Amino acid sequence: MPAIKVEGLRKKFGNVVAVDNISFDVEKGEMFGFLGPNGAGKTTTIRLLTGVLIPDAGNVTIEGIDVRKDMIRAKMMMGVIPEMGGVYVDLTAKQNLVLAGKYYGLPKSALEERSEELLSTFGLYDRRKDPVRTFSKGMKQRISIACAIIHNPQVLFLDEPTEGLDVQSRRLIIDTIIEMNEKGSTIFLTTHNIEEANRLCERVCIINKGRIVAIDRPEILRGTFDNTQSVEISFDQSVEGHLFDAEFISKVDRFGDKLRLYTNDPDRSVKHIVALANERGLRIVSMTVCGPSLEEAFVRLTGDEQ
Amino acid sequence: MKESVFLRGVIVTAEKNIRIYYNKAPVIIFGLLFPLFMFFAFYMGRKIDMSVFFPGFLAMALFFTASSVGPLITPWEKQAGTYERLLSYPVSVNTIILGDVLAGALFGLIITSVVMTVAVLFLEVAFNAPILLGMAIVLGTICFASFGVCLASPSVRSPSHIMMFSSLIRFPLIFISGIFIPLTELEGIGLILSYMSPLTYLVDMFNAGLTGTSAFPVAVDILALMLFTAVFLLIASKFHKRNLAKGL
Repeated sequence: MPAIKVEGLRKKFGNVVAVDNISFDVEKGEMFGFLGPNGAGKTTTIRLLTGVLIPDAGNVTIEGIDVRKDMIRAKMMMGVIPEMGGVYVDLTAKQNLVLAGKYYGLPKSALEERSEELLSTFGLYDRRKDPVRTFSKGMKQRISIACAIIHNPQVLFLDEPTEGLDVQSRRLIIDTIIEMNEKGSTIFLTTHNIEEANRLCERVCIINKGRIVAIDRPEILRGTFDNTQSVEISFDQSVEGHLFDAEFISKVDRFGDKLRLYTNDPDRSVKHIVALANERGLRIVSMTVCGPSLEEAFVRLTGDEQ
Repeated sequence: MKESVFLRGVIVTAEKNIRIYYNKAPVIIFGLLFPLFMFFAFYMGRKIDMSVFFPGFLAMALFFTASSVGPLITPWEKQAGTYERLLSYPVSVNTIILGDVLAGALFGLIITSVVMTVAVLFLEVAFNAPILLGMAIVLGTICFASFGVCLASPSVRSPSHIMMFSSLIRFPLIFISGIFIPLTELEGIGLILSYMSPLTYLVDMFNAGLTGTSAFPVAVDILALMLFTAVFLLIASKFHKRNLAKGL
């Protein structure tokens, strides 16, 4: 039995179809990435899966429980970190955690123990009595995650959990996600950060205009576009990109002091670059042959539809 | 199990509301200061018989306090981004609505009790039927707390918009419900409108409890308040669900 089973899910707002007949399964203990450009339907999908919104059609089951028919029991199985964080800034850090625990019916002693444990884990124990309004964005997000996992949920939904956070908070949150996953929780992660999804997720689903355009392991998706290999090169001086124009180089992009040459023939490209560098007296500072990236796959998959 | 989870959700939601919203400026201004100013404006400096006007004033205090918390909560939570988190907890929209009603009703109950205590200590107010009075207070706080939650149903992003809207609805009611002009003196369109106001039946019940006189039989007042409560809750449930996604 999959941890999350989605069948023919559909949601319309007025004339706009936000989610259009999507179906997929997420296995128990899997870390599943859900990617898509802005307005693709990611947040609506997460809201439908977590019982916040009611679908126009289709079914969602969480750990075998139908979200529509037995919403409360399904919600007991999950922890949700919404896009906006959703912590009460008028309450203290500890009051937020206690409130969340009370909703899940944790007994008083267990709630006390668990909230203090989480406050320590997230480095907020010393600030537990301070109102959350005095916290930074990263600290608020840590509280948000602590609220979502206070009851050790079997399925954890995260909507852009690391968006706009400082490095320390992002690492702490990612470590927590990995730890939850290692302990057996299923993770459903929505993110804009494709590299994050690539690094963390066993499978990713790419959604665009409410429809699933691809769902597979990141490496397989990357391999789908094997004509998008590139050579990244840096010289000791600025060089115009058009210098390297050739029939086997499809595009040249500049990234800071580096040029990225997209090609379907890395061997000829490298030889071509080296020959040109010798001819022009340019010193090569660094050169890397890059395989197709998940980002490229994402852009191709979502761009083709736009 | 389902009932206990439902009840727990209602109580935890009410507890959250009490902690967060009781001391918010709109609740203090529209719930406490406004009825106090109305009292000063209409009763102070005039030679009036308190026994005649106290039931109306008590009803006005209860009405404003009980209905001041509900309109604020949902728009505030949507603006702060906490409403989605709340919906992700093991609660339904109806659980949240009842939690909001409970918080509003308790606020009304506390303030009305303070007003009653002051009246007992400093004013010569008669208590004809204390049990009936207690019943009126409980029914009234629930009814107007439901009314307050019902007022939060329209989808707005800013709490100030809903507070203005709720004032627009609440203020006219106090002029057509026998607070400033006794029901027996109302006639024509004023009398017809007063029948449509839930506040009328509370004022009448307070009259029965405090002075022993009422325009309607007490059973009619009780039935009307219960009926209005049911209607407010149904409307709140329907529109909160309909506008759920707006402003999330």
